Amino acid sequence: MKPVNQKAWLLILPVVLCVAFSAVLPLMTVVNYSVQDIISPERRVFVGTEWFKSVMRDDDLQGALWRQMVFSLSVLLVEIPLGIALALGMPAKGARSSLVLVLLAISLLIPWNVVGTIWQIFGRADIGLMGAALKGLGLEYSYTGNPTHAWLTVLLMDVWHWTPLVALLCFAGLRAIPDAYYQAASIDGASKFAVFRYIQLPKLRGVLMIAVLLRFMDSFMIYTEPFVLTGGGPGNSTTFLSQYLTQKAVGQFDLGPAAAFSLIYFLIILLLCFILYNWMQRVGTADKGPGHE
Amino acid sequence: MARIDLDLAHAYRPKPKGDDDYALLPLKMTFDDGGAYALLGPSGCGKTTLLNIVSGLVTPSTGRVRFDGVDVTAQSPQQRNIAQVFQFPVIYDTMTVAENLAFPLRNRGVAADKIKQRVGKVAEMLELSAQLDARAAGLAADAKQKISLGRGLVREDVCAVLFDEPLTVIDPHLKWQLRRKLKQIHHELKLTLIYVTHDQIEALTFADQVVVMTRGRAVQIGSASELFERPSHTFVGHFIGSPGMNFLPARRNAAGFEVAGCRFAAPPGVSREIEAFTLGIRPEYVALAGPDVAGAVPATVQQVQDIGTYWLVSARVGAGSTQSLVRLRLGGGAQTVPRVGEAVWLGLIGAHTCYYADEHLIEEATPR
Repeated sequence: MKPVNQKAWLLILPVVLCVAFSAVLPLMTVVNYSVQDIISPERRVFVGTEWFKSVMRDDDLQGALWRQMVFSLSVLLVEIPLGIALALGMPAKGARSSLVLVLLAISLLIPWNVVGTIWQIFGRADIGLMGAALKGLGLEYSYTGNPTHAWLTVLLMDVWHWTPLVALLCFAGLRAIPDAYYQAASIDGASKFAVFRYIQLPKLRGVLMIAVLLRFMDSFMIYTEPFVLTGGGPGNSTTFLSQYLTQKAVGQFDLGPAAAFSLIYFLIILLLCFILYNWMQRVGTADKGPGHE
Repeated sequence: MARIDLDLAHAYRPKPKGDDDYALLPLKMTFDDGGAYALLGPSGCGKTTLLNIVSGLVTPSTGRVRFDGVDVTAQSPQQRNIAQVFQFPVIYDTMTVAENLAFPLRNRGVAADKIKQRVGKVAEMLELSAQLDARAAGLAADAKQKISLGRGLVREDVCAVLFDEPLTVIDPHLKWQLRRKLKQIHHELKLTLIYVTHDQIEALTFADQVVVMTRGRAVQIGSASELFERPSHTFVGHFIGSPGMNFLPARRNAAGFEVAGCRFAAPPGVSREIEAFTLGIRPEYVALAGPDVAGAVPATVQQVQDIGTYWLVSARVGAGSTQSLVRLRLGGGAQTVPRVGEAVWLGLIGAHTCYYADEHLIEEATPR
């Protein structure tokens, strides 16, 4: 047998150390908390899967999870088509294009908590532009009093904040399509819709996948904006998963259940991303038509 | 199928002033119905612009494009009913080969059974029948390029098929196959084909008529042998052939003219008013000669290269201001090959010698 050169281990050592300190050790701490009852720094009891069971039975958590799913799905359903439409409508080159790009990127540059504050004021019926305008139209709008209004305002805020990201990604994707495709389509007599359906959309698949995953993960972890805007209320109507988690871990200092829930949260995101990714990989690349082997 | 007449000029920027502002200088050209043409020239000479004007992707800034006498300048590519194959294969990724081929017909609302029949026929012609149900995205570059061509050929009434350097991304050994396929299709369908390339071998083997272009100007239109034997512009002599034509400055004197310090009788056809002109001769036609041979010039060998099937010899003729480098090809046979530094005599003046004034060929048939 050939002697194995063990020096290769040295080469991967830096990466192993980095990953260990940045990811594995913190994660193991959480795992550690999730299976113990920490009574005081000196006293701790191993409780097995007890925290996981109790967390899964928690009605508030199930409510937050359900709210979160609907919210993230709504975010994707609104922001992705809207982002594509914006990108298609943007001027392709010249000074106007640069100007539109800058204007579009503004909302992306604003810190999360400022976004929350902006919308908090924007939606106020007494001094806010939107709140006052809706009131003027005779609508009884109140994001602090009406759960539906609060939920819609958070969604609208997220759409305002993050649709430009989707649009910018799509814009970059569209610019990467060589002119020859449009020329060939015009020679083949393709309609505007056919150009979109058979050239632009397939060529955007890569950036759309990134956009969907980014927006899904981000919206699933949304915290700051609704916290600033509504504080999770009225009632629990805008309490999403991360805010619920924070309440548990920081507010009530239930480290065990919070750790157990963190792990479940992490696995949910991982699982949903995995499903989304695989589904999007398959869309548009699967062989279609009968009789193909 | 159509005869295409061009009478136009094009500039990409508005209000062109000098010649440099034009992508295409004013030109008149006719592509006959059923002919195979090549537009040949270096990068940036305007050949792709010309092609895009024919297809309708670019509208000429002045002038007209006519198909069979009908003005189509304002018509879209679809209305003109032309097909174009691009440098990089353009296929619709999400479709199968059959759907790709059917796409132009579907857009034009052709009946389903008719589409099926045409797609089957074209696929057979292009040897794509076995892959009809495969996804087009997974195929090799040459198959994709065949699909691009096929999308043009499915339309029975297509006016012309245009090619914009279609073999650039194809492996060398497949280039020959595809080119032969194109030839065969041209024979079968008698379509008007226009082929843009910067590769002279591709142009000369593909086309009946080659249009040589440089700096927005079509300098000569002719068959391969015309371009080789009688280049009508020094650029053609220089661009066609490997290596290109030798050019030597010549000056008229009392008895005849002088080249590289040697005197010769005036060639027929070169009018007496032309003081200075240029003599051009292909490396293939320069022969090693003796001092007693008419039209021979003394030279010193500078370099000898073995190119496999022939020897490429570079020799210096003349001295001082009239000094120039002449290249000649010697067959790889049993000839004696001169050594570097050896003094030789080169036969420069003969039946194959062309004379140029102001870059243009002086036609012999114009005695005054």
